[in-house]
Amino acid sequence: MSLVAAVDAQTLVDAVGLGAVYALMAVGIGLVFGVLRLVNFAYGQLVMAGAYTLAFTSAWPAAASIAACFAVVLALSLALERSVFRPLRTQSPAVMLVTTFAIAFLLQSVALVLDVRDGTIGEAARSLGGLNQAVSVGGVDVRKVTIVAVVVAATALGLLALLLERTTIGLHMRAAAADFRTARLLGVQADRVIGLAVLLSGLLAATVAVILTVQSPLVAPDFALKETIVVLVGVVVGGIDRLWTATLGGFAIGFASGVINGALPTDKSVFLPSAVFALVILVLLLRPAGLFARGPAVERV
Amino acid sequence: MSDPLLELEGVEVRYGTVPALRDLSFAVVPGEIVGLIGPNGAGKSTTLHAVMGALPLNTGSIRLAGQPLAGLAPEQVARAGIALVPEGRRIYGGFSVEENLRLGLAARQEDGADEALAEVLSLFPVLAEYRKRPAGALSGGQQQQLAIGRALVAGPRLLLLDEPSLGLAPAVVDTVFAALATIRERGVTVLLVEQRARRTVAFCDRTHVLANGRLRTTLAPADADDTRALVAAYLA
Repeated sequence: MSLVAAVDAQTLVDAVGLGAVYALMAVGIGLVFGVLRLVNFAYGQLVMAGAYTLAFTSAWPAAASIAACFAVVLALSLALERSVFRPLRTQSPAVMLVTTFAIAFLLQSVALVLDVRDGTIGEAARSLGGLNQAVSVGGVDVRKVTIVAVVVAATALGLLALLLERTTIGLHMRAAAADFRTARLLGVQADRVIGLAVLLSGLLAATVAVILTVQSPLVAPDFALKETIVVLVGVVVGGIDRLWTATLGGFAIGFASGVINGALPTDKSVFLPSAVFALVILVLLLRPAGLFARGPAVERV
Repeated sequence: MSDPLLELEGVEVRYGTVPALRDLSFAVVPGEIVGLIGPNGAGKSTTLHAVMGALPLNTGSIRLAGQPLAGLAPEQVARAGIALVPEGRRIYGGFSVEENLRLGLAARQEDGADEALAEVLSLFPVLAEYRKRPAGALSGGQQQQLAIGRALVAGPRLLLLDEPSLGLAPAVVDTVFAALATIRERGVTVLLVEQRARRTVAFCDRTHVLANGRLRTTLAPADADDTRALVAAYLA
């Protein structure tokens, strides 16, 4: 029996859906990296906080539950910006990265404490379960949430591109990402662009929380942790110093994971991470500056 | 003499324990073009960065029209009306010429942004011609014009220039000084840091010579032809 089953339309549809979610996370991570040069390892825990909010408000109407999710994630993002990112802004990238590790573990521990009050670990988010039903499109079963993921990702990325390309604050954000020192000397307000980047990043985290809890409704303290690590790798593979290459990197690793997952027989699915990361190593060997980078990896002057 | 627009008084700046500026005091009055020359490491760029709030003062004070600038972040100094044309131009090569100019508007506090842009485009016609192109595709001299134009659209009360002729071919340096002459005619107050001593002394109303972070002497335009005075200013 062949180890690799045929990659069919079903697999491709699921892979695009996964790629869309990962692309959203990649943008969320890339936006903050652009203006703060901070790799936010705690990004997954923002998603996790949103997922728990959805789970704890499962009895509420869906719209109220989603609103609560956005409120919690945005409040948490802005609190982190004020209390941690802003004071540490002038520190080295290593200090900031380690700090986000600490935040990640802290948030996981807080989630665990809140979760085990009922004696079990894990809460189910049910209010949007209907989106898990499949509809048939041209003979391929497509879960509604996959359609939602792709539409939401395309819309969010389109709106973000408009904001960055067509507005003054977008121009200021791009300038801050390219050369923050000069941007400030020109009068670009550092706190405003950083605040906006963190806010947008939080909006994306809440969106991802909604989509992921539909796909896998059981929320535990390590929710979205695996996804975050994979997306961080994807962002680096794509090229973290520019937003669109980071985004493509996120999509690519999501899509590749989906395809490999579909191609592996069910009893071999434990090899998925090995296959994905072997691919990552290969890409980094061949294109060390990033999969979508222009030219060779040279220091820009 | 009118009240000074920019006033430095007893300014000391240190990099760690190394003093970069020591007891530096001078003033720039409105409408004046003041030069700042001196050997490498004399503290010329440091002076500009201290004015912009990019370096903390150890002691002393810097005032703009009587208002102390101490403790203001660079973006606040820029919005208070001081525009810097940084060393190496620091234009955004991946952005269009027009986007670079619009970035200069970030510090602008008054209305009339469109008029300010139009004025700069008429002052530097080459920027109007290439406004949709990536700024990185411009030549060095054109990029310098862009950097100066980007500072001017902010409508600054004081323009700081950090070695605008650095790395440019002699013919292009003429273009830059011609642009500075136009700026002078418009009544913009300028503090010009340069390496080209003779040319700067001839061009500016007054030129301070810095050495080891101190103000060594001040030269007048008439001194530009006096080679002994220039050499003495550097080597005394």
